[in-house]
Amino acid sequence: MKQPNRLEHGGRIDRDRAIEMQFDGQTLSAFEGDTLASAMLANGLKIVARGFKYHRPRGVFSAGVEEPNALVHLRSGARHEPNARATVVEAYDGLQSTGQNAWPGVRFDISAVNQLLAPFIGAGFYYKTFMGPVKGTAFWMFCEKFIRRAAGMGRAQTVADPDEYEKVNAFCDVLVIGGGPAGLAAAIAAGQCGARVILLEQDACLGGSMLSLPVGGESDACLKAMEATLKGMDNVRILKRTTVFGAYDQDVYGAVERVWDHVEVPPAHQPRQRYWQIRTKQAVMATGAIERPLVFANNDRPGVMLANAVRSYVNRYAVLPGKKIVLATNNDSAYAVAADLVRAGAEVSLLDARVSVPAELFKPLEALGVQLYPGYGILAAKGSRGVSGAKIVLLDENGCARGPSKTIRCDLIAVSGGWTPVVHLWSQRGQKLQFDEQSASFLPLKSASSTLKTAGSANACGDLNQALLQGEVAGQEAAKAVTGVVGVQVNVPRLKEAIYADDWARDLLMIWSVTREDGSTDGKAFVDVQHDVALSDIDLAHREGFVSVEHLKRYTTTGMATDQGKLSNINALARMAQLQALSIPKVGTTTFRPPYTPIAIGAIAGREQGIHFRPTRLTPVHDWHVDNAAVMIEAGAWKRPWYYPEGGETINQAYVREAAHVRKHVGVVDASTLGKIAVQGPDAAEFLNRVYVNAWKKLKIGRLRYGVMLRDDGIVLDDGATARLGENDYFMTTTTANAAKILGYLEHLLQTAWTDLKVHVTSVSDQYAAFAVAGPSARDLLDAVCSGADLSNEALPNNQFVKATIAGVPVRINRMSYSGELAYEVYVASGYAHAVWKNLFKAGASFDIKPYGTESMGALRIEKGHVAGPEIDGRTTLGDLGLAGFASRVKPFSGSVLRHREKLDMASRPTLVGLEIDGDTGGMAGSLIYDQRAQQMGEEQGFLTSTTYSPALKKYISLALLRDGHERFGESVDIVNHVGDTVQTAKVVSPHFFDPEGARQNA
Amino acid sequence: MFIIECPWCGKRDQSEFSTHGEAHIARPEDPSVLSDEQWGDVLFFRHNPKGQHYERWNHAHGCRRWFNVSRNTASSEIYASYKPGEARPGAGKS
Repeated sequence: MKQPNRLEHGGRIDRDRAIEMQFDGQTLSAFEGDTLASAMLANGLKIVARGFKYHRPRGVFSAGVEEPNALVHLRSGARHEPNARATVVEAYDGLQSTGQNAWPGVRFDISAVNQLLAPFIGAGFYYKTFMGPVKGTAFWMFCEKFIRRAAGMGRAQTVADPDEYEKVNAFCDVLVIGGGPAGLAAAIAAGQCGARVILLEQDACLGGSMLSLPVGGESDACLKAMEATLKGMDNVRILKRTTVFGAYDQDVYGAVERVWDHVEVPPAHQPRQRYWQIRTKQAVMATGAIERPLVFANNDRPGVMLANAVRSYVNRYAVLPGKKIVLATNNDSAYAVAADLVRAGAEVSLLDARVSVPAELFKPLEALGVQLYPGYGILAAKGSRGVSGAKIVLLDENGCARGPSKTIRCDLIAVSGGWTPVVHLWSQRGQKLQFDEQSASFLPLKSASSTLKTAGSANACGDLNQALLQGEVAGQEAAKAVTGVVGVQVNVPRLKEAIYADDWARDLLMIWSVTREDGSTDGKAFVDVQHDVALSDIDLAHREGFVSVEHLKRYTTTGMATDQGKLSNINALARMAQLQALSIPKVGTTTFRPPYTPIAIGAIAGREQGIHFRPTRLTPVHDWHVDNAAVMIEAGAWKRPWYYPEGGETINQAYVREAAHVRKHVGVVDASTLGKIAVQGPDAAEFLNRVYVNAWKKLKIGRLRYGVMLRDDGIVLDDGATARLGENDYFMTTTTANAAKILGYLEHLLQTAWTDLKVHVTSVSDQYAAFAVAGPSARDLLDAVCSGADLSNEALPNNQFVKATIAGVPVRINRMSYSGELAYEVYVASGYAHAVWKNLFKAGASFDIKPYGTESMGALRIEKGHVAGPEIDGRTTLGDLGLAGFASRVKPFSGSVLRHREKLDMASRPTLVGLEIDGDTGGMAGSLIYDQRAQQMGEEQGFLTSTTYSPALKKYISLALLRDGHERFGESVDIVNHVGDTVQTAKVVSPHFFDPEGARQNA
Repeated sequence: MFIIECPWCGKRDQSEFSTHGEAHIARPEDPSVLSDEQWGDVLFFRHNPKGQHYERWNHAHGCRRWFNVSRNTASSEIYASYKPGEARPGAGKS
């Protein structure tokens, strides 16, 4: 395809490397060095997108990251990316892109009928329509799905991104943000002073604004010299295609490097993007500035562009987007643009809102044949699918039309409303901005102590040589602050002569919006083109009493699209200021927050996704479980066997069988996930005595004891058994979930409160495995497999342990029961756990040994009324759980005072009970319990905590917390599951469903 | 993303630490003599200053020691780290 707008010569493109891309099924011919946007313009594409709300046709507006219009879908399939700004998408052969937020396509879009509804969908449309007339949210919920479909941005991909992303940490002395003239000078100066420098540039090339200047000129010579200087510096690291998106405390900067975004598929083992977390001592913010648009009717038409963007397309990409151009400005910076456009072959009319313009500005242009209109502005753009003319008028001092308008035919309108320095990072650091009248912009309010220096356009610095000098000074100062060495001579290349006109917003006239005398416009005049916020919306918000800039922003949604107001901010503020008859700084500005430009979540996540999201903890016998077809369940970071299905069993069949098997024969459950803490030292007993509610000082060596801990506020914290292994050596267990928490809690007490206690606590959770061997045959099995210990009931009653060996491996055998059966816990060093486990099963074959999982373990403990996590839920007291008898009445312990707070001692508190559920379906934990007489009305009286089918009782049972629970045994209650909308009935019973006397565990 | 100085290990990345709110809250020597109001102060009521703040940190993924940090909650500047039991340094930069 021909490129009708491509210039014959010039540009920084490689004309030897022709490429082809696709946009909406259309082939775009381009060259390497193009962006998708420059290729669209070169190929004469006018409509490339549709507006957010009204679906008006939109064209390319800018040449950089600020682009509000040309957002496209990039690539297809799993690599699909929405909201890509065509202006920063590097062209590559085979690039696929499509229009977004339009159906069937951007050139003809059905939803453009929304334009007819425009009078009804102005500012505050949501609030007015959906929060007034109809009560409740039903109307909104009905309309929402249609609105969501009609308005919006790109469509996200729902399948996993196949590409890799990675994270890097980096450290430097001086971080230079921005590779334009000021940044390059800063990096060279800081580097020459001996600092370790990192220079980051978001573009694929260094040079910044210099790339938009004519090719082969003085600026190119300077740029080449700077690049050559940097190449020879080992202490300067340069990262291109890298955007600093955030500035954080302690001089940490977040950046994303688009390593392989400029190809379809990254090379093998290479990341698409890389997230840099850079810690620096000093930083130089050389982030440049963004040109401001002007506001007039239909200023969103394809063919309305930023003036200096047009200059970029001409000089950098050799693309002239229009032949007859109307250029409108309120400052000096459009004059150099006009000259470049004429040299490229365009016919240019230049409108300046200022009545008097210095002769040195307009004289050279007159010689080039530019038609000048001092005191003029654009009232409206003509043309519906693209610019066909500009309606121009003389302006008064408020930007209102004065006198009749006339129309100039043109195919491109270029606008310049001055410049907005990119001060986002400054603002993110919480540093102050102050309004500068000269440039009509918010600038960093500098302080000597700041570790962030500014240079160049970010500082509203005028000409190129001045920017180079500012960069040099900032780089030198930053380096000096790090190295402490003063007076180092630096040698930064300069322009030979200041040949370029002042590029900045010198002598700016603060008129951005052009209206009729009555303040109206000939059509929608957009302040925020990306979010479709018009001047009339700002005016409406003002009439409705919105005064604060923060309120105005949220009410009109100006500046809240993906560009975050990069273009619209000042124009919206200026309009507010005008309406309120205040100055812009009095109106104030909103706060910038990261990210500066949108970044992919994938880049931040890096490799921390899927199974790598967090570490997985496996018990020492994990492989055995997997080999024996266990279905695993996640318990915190742990993977535990949930159940071991036999012959296609469901989970319900499997756990019921496993639980019944334990009560009849013998089963083994892997309890290695228990928290295990070595409590050692001469004061260990005193320490335990303080943290547990029960007494510990008289526990003999060889014994163990169940203990409960309270929080200081009297609520139950955790429970577990602790064994006394030696004179000063105790072995504590905690619940699996609380292992880390309890260790931290104990350490805190020892290190900060009870520093006089000679006690060490050490986590040994990973050092020991633990297996619970439970069932009537447990002793016979262990007798068969253990050596060196008498396991008889007389020698080893409950709550005692012995040391023994299994297959030569030393083990400790605690006699204690969680299941309610005759049971032992075998503790073994982790490295030998697998061997011991296998020996248990080898010897156990003749005892019909079976493994059991957490589901049946839960069933067994519920039958016994033992509490666990669902009951120790951070709200229950000892009394609630029926554990008050454990608490010592004589000694103080953590929580001993506050457990007797009035509300915690109330008799009517919900207490632990059992429920026998009627019928043949189980209860759902969390279901509410109601008094049957109250017919499920009023306040609930309690809730279900742990439910199961009980093979021993042959019915569905549950533990529950029920008001006045102990006095209600035998009563029938209603169980209501509001989520599943079911009602069941149940009988209140003792929580000790099975073998309440404990005959089986004492056997 | 702070660098925090552990009084035992030196400067380490924030990801090694956990934070636990206000420091210098003495555990009652004799819990039985405190009024409910005093208990409320010990357990629940905390200063929430904008500016200088003494706070407890734990080198959780390091030496597992607890220590105190003097930090500015507004600017996040860290003024000092010190061991539990040591006197708090003066407000602001030491």
